[in-house]
Amino acid sequence: MQPRNMIALLLLALLAVLPLLTQAFDQRYLLSVGTRIVIWSIAAVSLNMILGYGGLVSFGHAAFFGIGGYAVGILSAEGIQNGWLQWPVALAASMLWAALVGALSLRTRGVYFIMITLAFAQLVYYLASGLEGYGGDDGLNISRSRFAGLLDLRDKATFYWLCFALLCGTLWFCGRLANSRFGTVLRGARANELRMTALGFPVFRYRLVACVIAGAFGGLAGILIANEGAYVSPAMMSWVKSGDLIVIVVLGGIGALFGPLYGAIVFFALEETLKPFLDLLHKGWGEYWQIVFGPLLVLIALHARGGMASLLRRRDG
Amino acid sequence: MVEPLLSTDRLVKHFGGLLATDDVSIDVRPGEIHALIGPNGAGKTTLVGQLTGLLAPDSGTIRFAGRDITRLPTHARVRLGLGRSFQITSVLREFSALDNVALAVQAHQGHSFRFLADVRRDRALRTAAQGGLDAVGLGARAAMPAAALSHGEQRQLEIAMALAGEPKLLLLDEPTAGMGVEESQRMVETLRGLKRSCGMLLIEHDMDAVFALADRITVLVYGRVLFCGTPDEIRRHPEVRQAYLGEDGA
Ligand SMILES: Nc1ncnc2c1ncn2[C@@H]1O[C@H](COP(=O)(O)OP(=O)(O)OP(=O)(O)O)[C@@H](O)[C@H]1O
Ligand SMILES: [Mg+2]
Repeated sequence: MQPRNMIALLLLALLAVLPLLTQAFDQRYLLSVGTRIVIWSIAAVSLNMILGYGGLVSFGHAAFFGIGGYAVGILSAEGIQNGWLQWPVALAASMLWAALVGALSLRTRGVYFIMITLAFAQLVYYLASGLEGYGGDDGLNISRSRFAGLLDLRDKATFYWLCFALLCGTLWFCGRLANSRFGTVLRGARANELRMTALGFPVFRYRLVACVIAGAFGGLAGILIANEGAYVSPAMMSWVKSGDLIVIVVLGGIGALFGPLYGAIVFFALEETLKPFLDLLHKGWGEYWQIVFGPLLVLIALHARGGMASLLRRRDG
Repeated sequence: MVEPLLSTDRLVKHFGGLLATDDVSIDVRPGEIHALIGPNGAGKTTLVGQLTGLLAPDSGTIRFAGRDITRLPTHARVRLGLGRSFQITSVLREFSALDNVALAVQAHQGHSFRFLADVRRDRALRTAAQGGLDAVGLGARAAMPAAALSHGEQRQLEIAMALAGEPKLLLLDEPTAGMGVEESQRMVETLRGLKRSCGMLLIEHDMDAVFALADRITVLVYGRVLFCGTPDEIRRHPEVRQAYLGEDGA
């Protein structure tokens, strides 16, 4: 086994026992940070699939947070609490949205692709804001999905482990996908689209399917976010969140399987430390932690082109 | 008379005010090497673009292997057996030579909506790809990234990729462009060896290569077919000699 994978496995092992650690050291809050890291990693891993392998810079990935989340939220508000019903509906809605956005945006390239995916995400954002029956701008308190007798999502540790298991599944799937026939086509099309077309690949179809798969995982993350806070609101899919997801992917290392996980850990660790630190300097400054984070990101972009994943790799070599 | 493998009927293509393809009707028979020559900007690449489906003609039709493909998308034409190489070398630079050909083989084996099995452990795929590399003399280069291959080797790699699709017809846009004499000769040999297995539409500026390979030659000037005939007829044709070969002929 390569040392690089060792680091990733060690990290996963650590995440696997996180609830035990936070309980032992009585750091409940850390568990909630951990939960967020794990959930965001799921979304970032899926974004990395289309952005890293596919070269498609989607600036609307947080829309899937919203769609997955609101599907759960709306069903819950309508009295359907059963997770076996909620989750498939939420996933289907996310995939449908991905197919729709993909079908239109994949006809464009470069900056236009970025703008169109952003525009569609904003559409969902304003749509959710306009849902007066479901809280409008203020959002909606919901009760968590029920998996009768199987899982109680209200239990923080149980919920964390569920998220962690889903992250492992996501990593496993995306790792396999990267080296599959499908993944090879996706990477080939990023490297040289014209060539792939000339070889006989209907590139558009492959990219569309990639978007739908990524949409499903994005929606899954949305379902989990909704269940984490028992709350959904338009804010969960603001364009800032889409930007954060891109930042996490870039920070971790574009196209590296575990990159998004590293990225998410660093991102949230910085948020959690910079915020209180700035607040300590001056009350209220914490909100602007990204002003400090921004230049840091630039430094990382300049000195570690491949993100955290490449830093770890260099250590091995 | 055999039905031609590929034929165009009165193809026309404008770029704004520029008439790049002017009423072009040509055909390629099975197993034939049909050379397309003409000065820079004559519209040769533009014609290939329309044949492959990258460019849509303004009017006219294209038939291939017995069916009208004028409106077919590129990937569907490739599936029917229309392979190509590019005037400007086009390979996947970060991929190894073997992976380049493996992708071509993969394209030929039907859809690639397979998400879990590892291509690197796909014996059949690897073997077929290695065979393709061997056939163009790149067998020993399999593990090298395509970008690290010499220019001539990259062009050979393109041929291997085109051949992996088992094409009935190869569209070759200046396969020897930018090559040294030796590399050129190797390419000519490679193409000669392929002649029986597929037809070719060969765009080429190197007249030695053209006369060594072609069964028929079409001369294109300002988007129009000036003349079409055997190499001997071309050599004798006064207008062609003047317009293209220069007064001293070939
Ligand atoms: N996409 C395009 N848009 C506008 N004009 C174009 C385009 N592609 C080619 N042309 C023009 O059409 C004409 C034919 O170009 P083409 O590349 O087909 O010539 P060619 O015969 O392949 O030349 P060469 O021997 O230099 O490769 C040229 O005048 C060229 O400038
Ligand atoms: Mg040309």
